[in-house]
Amino acid sequence: MTQVLETEKKTEQVGHSQARLIFGRFVEHKIALVSILIVAFITVLSWSVVGVGSIPGWWHLTYNQLNPLIDGGRPTMSVVPQWLGGEGVFLGEHPFGQDRIGKDYFAMTMRGIQNSLTVMFIVGILATVIGTVIGAVAGYYRGVIDAILMRFTDLIIIIPVIVIGALVGSIASTLGGAIDGPVILGILLGLFTWTTLARLVRGEFFTLREREFVEAARVAGASDARIIFKHILPNAIGVVIVAATLLMAGAILLEVALGFLGLGVRPPDVSLGRLISENQSSFAHRPWLFWWPGLFIITLALCINFIGDGLRDAFDPRQRRFRPRRQKKVLK
Amino acid sequence: MLSFIVRRVFVSALLLLGASFIMYILTALSGDPLEELRGSRDPNRDLLIQLRSDQLNLDVPAPLRYFGWLAGAAKCLIPMANSCDLGVNILNQPVTDLIPMALDSTIQLITGATLLAIVVGITIGIVSALRHNTGFDYSVTFIIFLLFSMPAFWIAVLLKEFLAIGFNDFLAQPVISLPAILGIAVVAGIIWQAMVAGPRRRRVIVFVISGLATTALLVFFNLSDWFRNPGLGAVMIAVSAFGIAVLVTGLIAGFKDRRAMTTALINAGLAVIAYFTLQNLFDMSSWATISILVVATLVVGLASGWLVGGDDRAVSMRIGAITAVLSGGLLLIDRFMQSWALYTADRAIGGRPIATVGSSTPTLDGDIWIMGIDTFTHFLLPTISLTLISLAGYTRYVRSGMLDVLDQDYIRTARAKGLDERTVIVRHAFRNALIPLATLVAADIGAIIGGAIITEQVFAISGMGQLFIRSLSNVDPNPVMAYFVVVSIVALIANLIADLSYAALDPRVRTH
Repeated sequence: MTQVLETEKKTEQVGHSQARLIFGRFVEHKIALVSILIVAFITVLSWSVVGVGSIPGWWHLTYNQLNPLIDGGRPTMSVVPQWLGGEGVFLGEHPFGQDRIGKDYFAMTMRGIQNSLTVMFIVGILATVIGTVIGAVAGYYRGVIDAILMRFTDLIIIIPVIVIGALVGSIASTLGGAIDGPVILGILLGLFTWTTLARLVRGEFFTLREREFVEAARVAGASDARIIFKHILPNAIGVVIVAATLLMAGAILLEVALGFLGLGVRPPDVSLGRLISENQSSFAHRPWLFWWPGLFIITLALCINFIGDGLRDAFDPRQRRFRPRRQKKVLK
Repeated sequence: MLSFIVRRVFVSALLLLGASFIMYILTALSGDPLEELRGSRDPNRDLLIQLRSDQLNLDVPAPLRYFGWLAGAAKCLIPMANSCDLGVNILNQPVTDLIPMALDSTIQLITGATLLAIVVGITIGIVSALRHNTGFDYSVTFIIFLLFSMPAFWIAVLLKEFLAIGFNDFLAQPVISLPAILGIAVVAGIIWQAMVAGPRRRRVIVFVISGLATTALLVFFNLSDWFRNPGLGAVMIAVSAFGIAVLVTGLIAGFKDRRAMTTALINAGLAVIAYFTLQNLFDMSSWATISILVVATLVVGLASGWLVGGDDRAVSMRIGAITAVLSGGLLLIDRFMQSWALYTADRAIGGRPIATVGSSTPTLDGDIWIMGIDTFTHFLLPTISLTLISLAGYTRYVRSGMLDVLDQDYIRTARAKGLDERTVIVRHAFRNALIPLATLVAADIGAIIGGAIITEQVFAISGMGQLFIRSLSNVDPNPVMAYFVVVSIVALIANLIADLSYAALDPRVRTH
């Protein structure tokens, strides 16, 4: 059967697999592509600056070491001419400046980004797995199992996420620093933010389970697990990927919001949100302490939102969201 | 229907019970309420620790302590008994006294912001959908993305640093420079021509007219020292009231509807007469008189619509009421503006009116106009920042909803049978696009009662969010639980209303 189909296609036009079509559509979304590059660049930059575990990064200062204040802690990077260090170096001793007590703000910002990204990736993976499994099982079995799982989802939704952020400190001290703060925060948030995804996947499974290919698989003797994960899930993967991306954008904003409120990642470690909340009072004198973390938060969240939008366009071309260049052709 | 509601309420109650247990345990796990006492050098340290342990029942393990709390909270369910017991906070204040004050501040904060976000969001969303695939549409979509990616505190801090301080500095020498006027005029012109869209000729005309109008207005502000002594005055009120009348009629009934237009113009005329006759009454008004006036305005609007209406009374009455209330609102705004100079000159204000923290000036004293302005200046920034945050969601929702509706067959039918574009958009498309919004608004109100945590933190407004976050960082379980119970009950009720309203508004839902 497949052979016949293939030869037919070859005579008329070259066929593309579904994955190929989706990839093609995604690549056309230039904003999303640029966004991926930016996120990748920021990720590599932050990890290579701070280093991984005991391996030090390439930047010679660490985020918690005290340095003598140079020029009142102003940024030494020579992007803005009037703040030029005088020697004409491009990065200088402290590219992003120093905070009030002389810590290097470049290292601190990079450490904050690293923590935000860690939380984002852990939440992304954990919440996607939990949400997909719960949503898939609920949507596939329906009935009592669905009711129980969905009430459980409702239960988790009610609990304010901020409480979860407040737990991180005490759990970290109970563990005695065996696991990093951001990792704990990521795991905890992942355990409580899968709810939207579960509902989406459940809705998708509701419709997909009635389709003929599921019936065919069942007649062929496939087990429930095989039908769920091998037959239905690949068809619902678009919903999962898009929701997971948007979840990750939300996770970054959540992490910085918790940091701003003094919860989540605790000192001496750095959170971008905490950097802003600590320095908002000195906005008039040291505005760079406010701008750098904010700039990176917005860049990351915006890029990941754009990636999610590009993925949604690629998986579901009927629902176009934001693609100026392609839409211009249809201008009435 | 009734059985659905009963079942839903029952399930919600069980959910609340389970979630409150989890919340209690999580709060208890998050730290040690005695930590600050343990570190203190007070000679009575042990006594204080003992006292607080007794107050909060800390000797009982958390899972058991929960049931003690539950027993007290259950008393709230007894109607009229006034025996509500939500425990005490670590300072030994009863939580039942803390909640109403916090709720009051939060409601003050979120009402304005939510209303503003809904109105502005709907407007931008609709315009953006009607101008699909134009520069305006792309800009709106991009701004929505940007707002979605901005942390709430970032917007709030920026507003505080630039808008508040900038405007207060500007008031010392309130003259807009010529380049600034031209810049603002050009930007206004660009926005207007993008919203109106259409052929190039029309765009250029709109750009020039709106640019000139903006310039004229700003020059007038400069010449009349408007920012120090603002006011609308008889001329501005008359122009705006008749403008509102024409606009409302044009939107709701179309310009051809003579009776509707007459109703609207009568109400605008009445507003102008009221401006000259009511000033003395305004001077000695209290909130009660104002409320009576608002009701009277509404009645006059409806009555005039009824009298003029003829065959289509409902439309005329609606137009009458909307015009009356909006132009009546102008009079109130004008009266507030008249007190502005007095307010800024007050010693407690010192010429820097826009406040960045708190919800009122403690030492200020005055009539309702002064106090009203005080509330306005304090809630201005938090309201703007909250509005910006929720605006993005509403705009996106309305825009995509409107695009979906405009694609439907019944819209094509409406156009095909020769209805004018206004009727198609307002009567057929707009109303149906609003149905899903009803759900969103209800759900949003549930979330926002407790959701302004960050905005309240930045602007130091002691609302529910502040209560929650402060108690949480002090490991103070009782206020946290009270916050949780209030917020989740509101959220559950709001969700129930959302589902019911959806079924009521969209008959297709019931067939499922």
